[in-house]
Amino acid sequence: MTSSKQALAHPASSAEAASGDEPGAAGGAHGRGTPPPGTTSWRSRLYRWDMKASPYAFIAPFFIVFGAFSLVPLLYTAWYSLHNVQLSDLDNQKWAGLDNYQNLLSSDFFWNALGNTFTIGVISTVPQLMMAIGLAHLLNYRLRGSTVWRVVMLTPYATSVAAATLVFVLLYSWDGGAINWALGGIGIDPVNWRESDWGSQFAVSSIVIWRWTGYNALIYLAAMQAIPSDLYESASIDGANRWQQFIHVTIPQLRPTILFTVVVSTIGATQLFGEPLLFGGVSGSKGGSDHQYQTLGLYMYDQGWIIGNLGKASAIAWSMFLILVIVAVINLVFTRRLRKSQ
Amino acid sequence: MRTSTRRSRRLSALAVAAALTTGLLAGCAEDSDDPSGSNEGGGNANGKTTLTVGTFGVFGYKQAGLYDEYMKLHPDITIKENVTTRTDVYWPKTLTRLQAGSGTDDIQAIEVGNVTEAVQTQGDKFVDLGKDVDKSQWLDWKNAQATTADGKLIGLGTDIGPMAICYRKDLFQKAGLETDRTKLAEQWKGDWGKYVDLGKQYMEKAPKGTKFVDSASSVYNAVLNGESERYYDKDGNVVWDKSAGVKKAWNVSMEVATSDMSAKLKQFDKPWDQGYANGTFATVACPAWMIGYIQEKSGDSGKGKWDVAAAPTASNWGGSFIGVPTASKHQKEAVELAKWLTAPEQQAKVFAKQASFPSTPSAYSGLKPATETQAFFSDAPITEIFSASAETIPTQIFGVKDQPINTAINDIGILQVEQKGASPDEGWDAASEEIKDVLGQ
Repeated sequence: MTSSKQALAHPASSAEAASGDEPGAAGGAHGRGTPPPGTTSWRSRLYRWDMKASPYAFIAPFFIVFGAFSLVPLLYTAWYSLHNVQLSDLDNQKWAGLDNYQNLLSSDFFWNALGNTFTIGVISTVPQLMMAIGLAHLLNYRLRGSTVWRVVMLTPYATSVAAATLVFVLLYSWDGGAINWALGGIGIDPVNWRESDWGSQFAVSSIVIWRWTGYNALIYLAAMQAIPSDLYESASIDGANRWQQFIHVTIPQLRPTILFTVVVSTIGATQLFGEPLLFGGVSGSKGGSDHQYQTLGLYMYDQGWIIGNLGKASAIAWSMFLILVIVAVINLVFTRRLRKSQ
Repeated sequence: MRTSTRRSRRLSALAVAAALTTGLLAGCAEDSDDPSGSNEGGGNANGKTTLTVGTFGVFGYKQAGLYDEYMKLHPDITIKENVTTRTDVYWPKTLTRLQAGSGTDDIQAIEVGNVTEAVQTQGDKFVDLGKDVDKSQWLDWKNAQATTADGKLIGLGTDIGPMAICYRKDLFQKAGLETDRTKLAEQWKGDWGKYVDLGKQYMEKAPKGTKFVDSASSVYNAVLNGESERYYDKDGNVVWDKSAGVKKAWNVSMEVATSDMSAKLKQFDKPWDQGYANGTFATVACPAWMIGYIQEKSGDSGKGKWDVAAAPTASNWGGSFIGVPTASKHQKEAVELAKWLTAPEQQAKVFAKQASFPSTPSAYSGLKPATETQAFFSDAPITEIFSASAETIPTQIFGVKDQPINTAINDIGILQVEQKGASPDEGWDAASEEIKDVLGQ
């Protein structure tokens, strides 16, 4: 009985266990490298426990904090989104079913915010990543003081959103801002950067681009330096110039990295909040007088904390979450394809 | 041997992890428990009670040295002020803390735009101050704003915002307009339309790069705050789209927005501050609390150039209250402090420093602004002008969503007309849409 059980559990040691007269358990245990029977003291038991439990103990802090500060709020938000809750009367929750979601789907403000999130996302992410690759390519050459250049690249990322945005607000100021002044120098009429539709979106995007380009460039640079140099050597023997090497060697080798940065940037763009909020100044959560740069994040903040409609704000939060899930799924499909093609 | 080193390494790793977690938790605990923790048992190690005062923006208590004075009078009390500059951050934060029953300061400031919401929804979260004070010290309408339906007084009045017009004498002179404050006030008396007409005159000969007024919103608020009916009627119904006061204010502001007399700035924005420093606009609707603001933002460049004249109609813009949350662990001490801070003598001291106007009439006789302030505003009789305005202010009716409705009209409706060139009708429609969203209709 015992031996057959052992044999099933450990096919590799079954021969040894079956041939000997010793109880099967001993042979099996031997095979796994644990102490022989009889010496199974509390020490070894403790050791086994240690092996099993310690990893959980080590990862526990993260999961406890994650549970307390991410999972519980997430689920609570879902609960809120199905209720009518006002910020000024949190204990009074009236069941609303899917009303909040229906309300969103028929709200122009929601669709406007979704559209803005998308357009600002595109005009900030696309140029940002392209510039980052270009910069990384340049930094990949042998340069004097390359560390300095790399540190400088990372400086904008280290700047706080608030500080950066305040400077940009002054630069883009309609009346007396440096950018309009420069435009005036070449004979272009001043642009009302905050109130014009495309102007404001461009301005917000430029803050995002400024902050994140260097960060992405450094990621690309790290990936570029991992590309084996013999690929370049053989390419140059084949007569490929620098540009052709970049297109036919660097870019294909960078593909997984590019995908990674696209995903991270997309998530960042979907959650865009700080830059437009501060760019708008007082009552920045409206995203301009015509909501022309109100992102989903801003709309959620406006509904929840300014207007005080927490139920609807929660519904927006969950909609954003669903959008990110969709993004993740699309990403998964792309990655699979990419892997197959390689 | 090998196992033991491995184990010891693992142990030390565990120790580090444990230290990190406890550190993290301790960090949290310290954060949330600090105000109440030090209050445990009525005092901290030194036997002192720490009272915290939560405010938004500059209240002038610290500036006028009131905290120091109180601490000298009460050696067992330490006062700490927690300032959140943005009201749109301050109020939601305060609301959630009030309802959670923890994390509030011992004294919380309440802005006039939020006081109705506080009265109607947070009445049971504040200590009733009515029994502890002599209510007759305050203006009746000021008390009424902070009194719940069952007669509970949840906040003591701090300042009020009687309004005047602050104007740049030097710019008026260059534009060939009257510069004497009494004659000016006479010219626009009783009618904001006359003020706008003067703006048209100003623009004919305006000094280069200057406009008559900072923004159309400023005019809107000035007019609206002289009307008793705003967005709600006295039964608490939303009447913003039918309200005569709103219509009147809207029409005057539209006249400004569609002309070229506005510098098109957004109040309390950086460029607006710069507008003061660069002298880009000649007038601004001037509640008493704005006096300190102008002085600070104009700096030396504006000294002696500003003057103050009575506004076309008396109105009240702004003003606050301070209340004691029931969550405070030192209610008794906090009530004492709140009483003291809002007493007429102290309000007069704040006026002397910050020109925030007292809500207690008995303080009016002894009011004296700082000599510095007086020099800055061309020796205008600030005290008399604001007192005269304060005495004729109509009682205003506020509602629960007053603040977001006002934001919708100012920052959506008016701004679209003023900055995006929308027509007044388009601006009104956009504001309507927004307000429907605010009210969840």
